Amino acid sequence: MSKFRNAIMGLALLALASLGAAQDGKYPGVGRAATPKEVAKWDIDVRPDFKGLPAGSGSVAKGQEVWESKCAQCHGVFGESNEVFSPLIGGTTAKDIQTGRVANLSRSDYPGRTTLMKVPTVSTLWDYINRAMPWTNPKTLSTEEVYAVTAFMLNLADIVPENYVLSDKNMADVQARMPNRNGMSTQHAMWPGKEFGSLSKPDTANKICMQDCRPEPKVASLLPDFARNAHGNLAEQTRIVGPQRGADTSRPETKAGTPPSTVTAAPATVTKPDNNEAKAVVASLGKYNCTACHGMDKKVVGPGFTEIAKKHAGKVDYLAGKIKAGGGGVWGQIPMPAQALPEADARKIAEWISKGAGK
Amino acid sequence: MSDDSIRSGRVQKAPENFLSRTGIKEVFAESKKGRRDFIRNAFAAAAAGVAAPVAMAQSNPVPSEGGDSNILNLPEHATGLGQGVATEGYGKPSKFEANLQRRQSPGLTQTTQSSVSFAPLQSLFGIVTPSGLHFERHHQGWWDIDPSKHRFMVNGMVKKNMVFTVDEIMRLPSVSRFHFIECGANTAVEWGNVAVPTVQYTHGMLSCSEFTGVPLITLLELAGADLKNGKFVLAEGGEGSSMTRTIPMNLITSGEVIVAYGQNGEMLRPENGYPLRLVVPGVQGVSWIKYLRRVEVGDKPYSSKDEAIHYMDLQPGGQHRQYSNLQEVKSVVTTPSGGQVLLDKGFYNITGLAWSGKGKIKRVDVSADGGRNWRQARLETPVMSKALSRFNLNWVWDGKAGILQSRAQDETGHVQPTYQQLRAVRGTRSIYHNNAIQSWLVQENGEVKNVQVS
Repeated sequence: MSKFRNAIMGLALLALASLGAAQDGKYPGVGRAATPKEVAKWDIDVRPDFKGLPAGSGSVAKGQEVWESKCAQCHGVFGESNEVFSPLIGGTTAKDIQTGRVANLSRSDYPGRTTLMKVPTVSTLWDYINRAMPWTNPKTLSTEEVYAVTAFMLNLADIVPENYVLSDKNMADVQARMPNRNGMSTQHAMWPGKEFGSLSKPDTANKICMQDCRPEPKVASLLPDFARNAHGNLAEQTRIVGPQRGADTSRPETKAGTPPSTVTAAPATVTKPDNNEAKAVVASLGKYNCTACHGMDKKVVGPGFTEIAKKHAGKVDYLAGKIKAGGGGVWGQIPMPAQALPEADARKIAEWISKGAGK
Repeated sequence: MSDDSIRSGRVQKAPENFLSRTGIKEVFAESKKGRRDFIRNAFAAAAAGVAAPVAMAQSNPVPSEGGDSNILNLPEHATGLGQGVATEGYGKPSKFEANLQRRQSPGLTQTTQSSVSFAPLQSLFGIVTPSGLHFERHHQGWWDIDPSKHRFMVNGMVKKNMVFTVDEIMRLPSVSRFHFIECGANTAVEWGNVAVPTVQYTHGMLSCSEFTGVPLITLLELAGADLKNGKFVLAEGGEGSSMTRTIPMNLITSGEVIVAYGQNGEMLRPENGYPLRLVVPGVQGVSWIKYLRRVEVGDKPYSSKDEAIHYMDLQPGGQHRQYSNLQEVKSVVTTPSGGQVLLDKGFYNITGLAWSGKGKIKRVDVSADGGRNWRQARLETPVMSKALSRFNLNWVWDGKAGILQSRAQDETGHVQPTYQQLRAVRGTRSIYHNNAIQSWLVQENGEVKNVQVS
């Protein structure tokens, strides 16, 4: 009996407890207050009105130093590189800085769209560099370095002079010189809400028509024959059973009516023998961000691993040294920075390359 | 169309090498001369070794031995002992399905960590994307994050800045909903002209899952968010790129935006943001912040990198549309589609997907003559708001060249535009939000190609 009584008492207490908690909130026991220290560490966003921008400054000169050691590998010495990411600098003029509209954006024959041609706000550059750059080591730049790199980029685009020091005090003045600051519009129906005074009616108005809706259609665009196999053999990219097969694009489509040969019954499974040692090395290439700049077979920023293997077969010590110390001038203009990985792992990678960089 | 006219269009059966290459050549040389019936004879003859009756021969004709060897000779799996339970602790697809892979589009990006892989829409059924085939878009690589160490913070215009563990998020009342996610740049390479061969590459930055999680509004209310003055919410990821996007308040207060941990009955996959991602129904994928670590309530928009440099739509006058978020009404035929081969005339099921970021799909029409004449397709159930819908339509291919198109309309009445209509207002340089009607050319030889029509 006493057990039963205790249970009743327990339930009553529970009821009281939940009543008490209900006064504190709907879901008692879930979540806690964030400490100021925690919020300061994570709340790093900077808005166009510069809310969130930490006090500080950085010079164009300092920015150039940081740029050359941490940014140029991917973005080029002048931000012009198109090897890894879209170019950052170029395409803007002194007149654009006056008008706030980048004239080249209205030209359909202008070849590229650089970051500085598009971005309307300095806050965006600062925020993004601070949170996500350098690409392989995000959030490692000091506040001064972020100001400095931003200043250097703005100088490359002739928005600030060579001797400029960008700071939280003058960023608004610089933002008022951004070449594309007047290039944005929210007059469209693709924001759900009224915050931007957006339109509510979509910009296209197709109608449901069922019969004789248009004249005889003509094919205006299709892939050229030389691109037939550009995405790999399509026969190996479609299920092997069903109402259709994938086209065997490893063979040309003959002019006189194609025999549409299709894939063989067995899917293209890779059944190479396991090479665990090579596998471990290849996995470490990702871990140490080697693959950010080196392809397996092809040049990205630096040479492909098999290309290095051909040139430096058997030279384990040389390769291990190069990985640790970095280098330049062997394969192209962009130097490879020194890599901070354990000696033993650098050696394993060097051995793997020296043996041909196979998978 | 009466079902009497429906006959099987499948002629070739696996294994595929029962016709010699010269035999195939002969068949298609003949078909080019307009003697399509020859195909039937030749295929049937090759399979059976004798002249088969004409007139829509069966796709699996009776062989001369009096029966199919696959029936007459019992296979090993009918006469032996199969494998035991839990041979695979986590089951995998059949080895015969290995052609279905998410794939990169060659030459599109220079690195794999800032890149995209496309889902194989050409071979998927229904509306749910298998989690392992869900398209990927990473800006700075993906991670497999220990959920016991992941935290979620709410701050800004709130009474109390708060942090939650994943345990705590999972204790709260949850919802489970089906939604599509489409990258704003899906079909981007096709703005100006045809650039890629298959629906995997034209439309494969599209997936649909059942997501489980807590409505974001629940967490904002817990923190005492000032929803009167706080008109904008920033969402931020916890990985290297720490993606940030301004999230429309309308979709938060409606309870639609979810802080999700579940996907198709299990936890999110690491490539899709394990352990927490934001689900923003109807809005382009870049706003569905993965590895979600923080939301901030504010009174102004944020103009983040992917709102002020990318994911803006360049218009013919040189202006960019900023904060363009919604994925408007769109559809595509997934079979028959580019890169596929139909092996004979006869019956086919035209099937495809339709979706709208503004609600449910109301109807889908399909044309086999490049948009001159249309027939209404069957919408399969369930038809859900801001989720993929599957449509089907019976079709008997007469062996002549044709152009397949689909045209969707959503519940707001908005009809998917043609390329001409879309380009008339947005030009060809927008990159994002291409929702034009897709055309697939079915050639006389059965090969289907990606085309655009004038």
